[in-house]
Amino acid sequence: MSEALINTVLLSLLACITIGIVRTRNLFGVVVLSGIYSLLIASVMMVLDAVDVAMTEASVGAGMSTVLLLGTLYLTKGHEMKAFKPPLLPLFVAIGVGAMLVYGTIDLPPFGAADQPVNQHVGPDYLARSKPETGIPNVVTSVLASYRGFDTLGETTVVFTAGIGILMLLRRRRKKDDTLREGEK
Amino acid sequence: MRLDAILRIVTKMLIPFMLIFALYVHFHGDFSPGGGFQAGVVIAAAVVFHALVFGLYPTQKIVPPRLVTLMMPAGVIIYAGVGFLTLYLGENFLDYDVLSHNHHPEKPNYHAQERGVLWVEVGVLTTVAGTMISIFYAFAGRGKGEDKTK
Amino acid sequence: MIFEEFINYYNYFITLFLMSSGLYIVVARGNMVKKLVGLGLFQTSVYLLYLSPGKILGGTPPILAEGYEVYSNPLPHVLILTAIVVGVATLGLGLALVVRIHEAYGTIEEDEIFSKGDDLQEEDNKNSTLPGDAK
Repeated sequence: MSEALINTVLLSLLACITIGIVRTRNLFGVVVLSGIYSLLIASVMMVLDAVDVAMTEASVGAGMSTVLLLGTLYLTKGHEMKAFKPPLLPLFVAIGVGAMLVYGTIDLPPFGAADQPVNQHVGPDYLARSKPETGIPNVVTSVLASYRGFDTLGETTVVFTAGIGILMLLRRRRKKDDTLREGEK
Repeated sequence: MRLDAILRIVTKMLIPFMLIFALYVHFHGDFSPGGGFQAGVVIAAAVVFHALVFGLYPTQKIVPPRLVTLMMPAGVIIYAGVGFLTLYLGENFLDYDVLSHNHHPEKPNYHAQERGVLWVEVGVLTTVAGTMISIFYAFAGRGKGEDKTK
Repeated sequence: MIFEEFINYYNYFITLFLMSSGLYIVVARGNMVKKLVGLGLFQTSVYLLYLSPGKILGGTPPILAEGYEVYSNPLPHVLILTAIVVGVATLGLGLALVVRIHEAYGTIEEDEIFSKGDDLQEEDNKNSTLPGDAK
């Protein structure tokens, strides 16, 4: 019961922060709020037993993304312009999509039930096999690196590719290009 | 005496602990929460912390951008290299059971699994840390002053 | 009774609230940094959508130890763990694009960029019609 209570309180705080993010026009405020949001969602993940994920989110979401967003704000402007027209259509679309999804949610199994289909097939299988087959007690690590190693190789490659893309976009031009440019003048 | 002396000294004291913690998170990842992804980000956070307090150029002297850029592909190569090593030793791609001397096709091999997971995570750590630090360098190195030089 | 039902589905409701506010920010707001933050909201709502069903009330984190029987489902954790790191890499890519757009157009507001793009196009049209007028 206490688990569900902590979960509920943290999720409500999360919703409050989200309203703050939507309404704030100062981008610096938005960035700080998104940092708080990441920390809160890391706590929610902790309550949801996803300790590895919580650790990642706390270091990545509250640490790295905030630094990157602040760096971008330093390079650009710090304030958001007021919209030309009232955003009625987007509001309608967002509420409509939300309502349809809520309608779909009613059929889902209740939160925390052990007998829902998600917890019946693959998950318990990994839990049962991890220790005898690999000897690794942390099932998340054994699934990540051993059972789904190929998957993780793909993810690592994606991170690498995104990094290469950023370097291509942001790295200063070579001196050769500069001399070309001056030559044009 | 500069006014931010406390900040600088505390930073200098904290960074070794951050790095040690990253190594703990990495090598103890089999038994407790953690692994290559988290450790890579913690290492990157230590470098970013240093750069925020001491400035970008002193940090780039310690951790040169060239090294960081090289770390990005190196991690992927280490990861894929483990896969090709197991392929070379006569098993499937990324099947770690052959990575130890007492390999037996029927029995599970804990040592080999540990070894494989560790090296794969080293690859992940290298790529993630390299990518995060080089993203930070790219953003921080692109100062506003560049526009004036145009 | 209704309260209990509400608590049972509270995770999903909050997830959907985050999802639709992320969608709203992405569609309604013209500022690109804000749009990326909205995209982040949407992304984290998907994390919650994955992690919520894997939780078993009374269970422990999936690190095997003696004395514990009930563990939460480890598979969503693995999927989301990698998604977070990939997410920050792609966020960095988006922010890099924003920085380049700011350098090219001098603004990160979508409306201003569109109007500038129109101006540029009009200039192009003028330039291309000039030789025709001379004839």
